[in-house]
Amino acid sequence: MANRILIPTPLRVYVNKQDVVEAEGQTVGELLRNMTAEYTALRNHLYNEDGKLRSFVNIYVNDDDIRYLEREQTLLKPGDTVSIIPSVAGGARP
Amino acid sequence: MEGQLKLKAARALCVGAGGLGSPVSLYLAAAGVGVIGIVDFDEVDYSNLQRQIIHGTSDVGRSKLDSAKARLNELNPEIEIITHEMALSSRNALGLFADYDLVIDGTDNFPTRYLVNDACVLQGKPNIYGSIFRFEGQASVFATKNGPCYRCLYPEPPPPGLVPSCAEGGVLGILPGVVGTLQATEAIKVILGVGEPLIGRFLIFDALRMRFRELKLQRDPDCPVCGEHPTVTELIDYEQFCGVTTTAASPSGAMVEAEHEVTVEELKDRLERKESFLLLDVREPQEFEICRIPGSLLIPLGDLPSRLSELEGRDDMIVHCKSGVRSGKAVRLLHEAGYGKARNLRGGIIAWIDRIDPKLPKY
Repeated sequence: MANRILIPTPLRVYVNKQDVVEAEGQTVGELLRNMTAEYTALRNHLYNEDGKLRSFVNIYVNDDDIRYLEREQTLLKPGDTVSIIPSVAGGARP
Repeated sequence: MEGQLKLKAARALCVGAGGLGSPVSLYLAAAGVGVIGIVDFDEVDYSNLQRQIIHGTSDVGRSKLDSAKARLNELNPEIEIITHEMALSSRNALGLFADYDLVIDGTDNFPTRYLVNDACVLQGKPNIYGSIFRFEGQASVFATKNGPCYRCLYPEPPPPGLVPSCAEGGVLGILPGVVGTLQATEAIKVILGVGEPLIGRFLIFDALRMRFRELKLQRDPDCPVCGEHPTVTELIDYEQFCGVTTTAASPSGAMVEAEHEVTVEELKDRLERKESFLLLDVREPQEFEICRIPGSLLIPLGDLPSRLSELEGRDDMIVHCKSGVRSGKAVRLLHEAGYGKARNLRGGIIAWIDRIDPKLPKY
């Protein structure tokens, strides 16, 4: 089962400028690992050296933060969209 | 009428009189918020005028606070504008925030965002949050009694260089206009106690696709600032927290360790000695047109993943961009792809122009 992953602007450069990629996975963790196996340059931005998801990147399934679901064990249904939401800070100055 | 009096009695603080601060303060003044404080320490520059619409051509060179105050007083002479010419810091934030009812965050860097958030939580003032990046914006209301704060969403900042600043990619001028107006809307709702403010809701605006979406936010019971057992009970050193160096050296913000960096002086030496290595430029073609380092090969960062084959056999590489941040990303990418000897040119072509070849045009 393939699910869509929405890629935020700062990370699109690592997935050939796409804003949506598809990957397979029963759980969020599996989905992201499969996606980063294909787009290896993204791995560093999502995972730290210990293979844990970085804390300044939030992962959502539809509108829900996975931290409040089952984290990476969250099961995915067909049609679920996974979003990567990184922190950005721009506001006043270029 | 009652609502209008509530607005007149309200005291709102805008941190930043720039891209976000411009529309926010204009609309709050138009709405009749009685006291609007503004914090900034910058001067108006021509490059601001593409999006900082509170300022005009005749204000270039003037303090942003003077310019903003004049414009706002002209818009609404019945309210009071208080200017705070300072850089917000751990030493002054708590005292400053105490005098206001709510704070509108229009800043542009991570250390200040965390500072504003923490100070708002500690002082019990709502934090009307907005931020932008290229063509996307975010908005929410943090630090309310039962709602989440910024740290509930992002407990830790990214290491410098991992998230590009607007300098690296630019920003669509109208974007802060939309997000700033959203912030003004939320500020007014919070002051009046009407409608459904973005508490526990994270609004994301995609300008290119003209789509809004909303993510659910929760207050994290383990949040170090607003959780049940807070560990942050006073303001900290936010620069250190965000890993931002305060040395005068070029703020390359590269996420590459020092051993994977070279200086422009080293590059010059290697070029003069005619050493065999590849000088890779990862900027965009139009930047390459303006100025380049002789002998460099251009592969824009976005194309690099799909053009790695062009680098086959080139082991020894020095990578550069405008200021060192994009090339830092490229070096990471190259290391991943097996080019372990790729090194980042600290400070980029700007440092090259400053210290080696000032004849080249800057941009």
